[in-house]
Amino acid sequence: MADKPKRLQRNRWSIHLFPIPALAIYLLFIIYPICAAFSYSLYDWKGIKKLEFIGFQNFKNLFTLEPFNTMFWNALEHNVIYFVVQMVVQNGIAFLLAYLVFQKIKGSGFLKVAYFLPRLLSVIVVGFLWKLILNPTYGTINVLLDKLGLDSWTMPWLGDPSTALISIILVNSWFGVGLSLLIFLAGLQSIPTEVVEASRLDGVRGFRMIRTIILPLMIQPIIMVTVLTFIQSFEAFELIYAMQGSMGEPYYSTDTMAVFFYRTAFGGSSSDSVAIGLGSALAVVMFAIIAIISAAFLALTRKVNQE
Amino acid sequence: MRPSLSFRIIQHTTGYLFAILSLYPVFLMVSSSFKTTLEIFKEPLALPKKLSFAAYEKLLDQLPFGTYLWNSVFVSVISVVIILISCSLAAYYIARTSFKWNGALMFIFLLGMMIPIKLGIVPMFLLMRDLNLTNSPWSLIAIYSAMGIPLGVMILSGFFRTLPKELEEAAKIDGCTDMQILRRIILPLMRPALGTVMIINFVTAWNDFFFPLIFIQSELKKTIPVGMMSLFGEYASDWSTLFAGLTLASLPMIVMFIIASRQFMDGMTAGAVK
Repeated sequence: MADKPKRLQRNRWSIHLFPIPALAIYLLFIIYPICAAFSYSLYDWKGIKKLEFIGFQNFKNLFTLEPFNTMFWNALEHNVIYFVVQMVVQNGIAFLLAYLVFQKIKGSGFLKVAYFLPRLLSVIVVGFLWKLILNPTYGTINVLLDKLGLDSWTMPWLGDPSTALISIILVNSWFGVGLSLLIFLAGLQSIPTEVVEASRLDGVRGFRMIRTIILPLMIQPIIMVTVLTFIQSFEAFELIYAMQGSMGEPYYSTDTMAVFFYRTAFGGSSSDSVAIGLGSALAVVMFAIIAIISAAFLALTRKVNQE
Repeated sequence: MRPSLSFRIIQHTTGYLFAILSLYPVFLMVSSSFKTTLEIFKEPLALPKKLSFAAYEKLLDQLPFGTYLWNSVFVSVISVVIILISCSLAAYYIARTSFKWNGALMFIFLLGMMIPIKLGIVPMFLLMRDLNLTNSPWSLIAIYSAMGIPLGVMILSGFFRTLPKELEEAAKIDGCTDMQILRRIILPLMRPALGTVMIINFVTAWNDFFFPLIFIQSELKKTIPVGMMSLFGEYASDWSTLFAGLTLASLPMIVMFIIASRQFMDGMTAGAVK
């Protein structure tokens, strides 16, 4: 009996080792690179050699030097469009479908699986698959339109600057509906059934039910989906790279900040003396945008929670 | 009272229409892979007249698909194991001890969920070069493990808090060390949470394209998504082979999903709904 406290004491000491592996991996491969990007943005680079401290010159170049300044605003605009369209199309549809599945219509188990399946494909597979489907001559979409007698609607979807970006966002929405739907569904399932039953007895139905009863109780999952969609649409890279290459073809009409960043840091759209510094400056600007807006969303969540 | 018949018809039509929209491209991908390219061009919407495996034969002849597959399995499995072990330890510490830096530790981990990790890619690349890890599967394992840690710590520490403390106290009185308690008593009770963390990270590592694109150069070290990428330059007009490649790249995940769709979806929601 006498040695028990000592034994507990020893256990207490060794427990401080527990968080070390996770912390070490995480600090080294996530936190350090992000912090380093901040410092890299303040240097002049020759290839991958760090030369000298130049303060905010890279940032100045990003906003004043052609073609980077034009590319920057062009890409930022596309990111905003990306976010807005995904919110409306992807998340609007996801909410509608989540509500359908929640009401347990016939086969809702199967429907859930069907809606979620695209989410399991690699983004690169999604990109190439839809590139084939959207092919102007042999792609399914145009062939289908042709067979339906709507041949005037056929388009080189990805080749025309006016439809390329929207096509890609819709493909991304096709891929992303499943996850948003699951989050909405989890939210719907956490609504107490008595609330819904009681208002149904009061004669509340259909869209009025959604608007007055369901939506106010769904604020939390809605904010979560919004934040996820926001971060994801501001990081949009893989799909565009797979479908339109690193130049955001045609004519930069599908360029986003992440594609621009990749091109600047790795793809050599500029002379190599500015690539890493400028790329890092761009990363810092993107990081600031994402951090500020995400923080605003989180503050909003907190406010909603307190009410 | 049940909703009116017309309302229910609209509901079902919408529901199944979207199911077709979700599944048809996947179905098209698989069925086209059994056609010849000529057949795809002539009758893109029809089912294959007879199953032609020519595209698969060509693909497996030309591409080291087995190597890609092995690389993907290796990278995903090791990353998931590292995440499970390191996150269990860290989460146990955060949930079960109350030192004054505990809150700060949790906060540092949570921060990782808001960080757009891709933005650190340049320093990450230089770091991997300095560590002699470029062009090695270990660069991917390092980054996937690190990426999975914030969510893993969060899910597991949330779950630890729901377990009764008495079990551990009893074991402690019986003379178990903290490590023994964690291994023998807690982890077996943690299976659902561990499963969730495992699934989410496995899917992420398996499907990722961005990091191998930058870290991996040699053909034989590529994972499936980047390995398939080279196919598209080479066979730009050979649609049959392209579709076979896409199918082959997706098949392992689709099969796993069909076998365990419930766990898959529960896992994904549990991860998303913090």
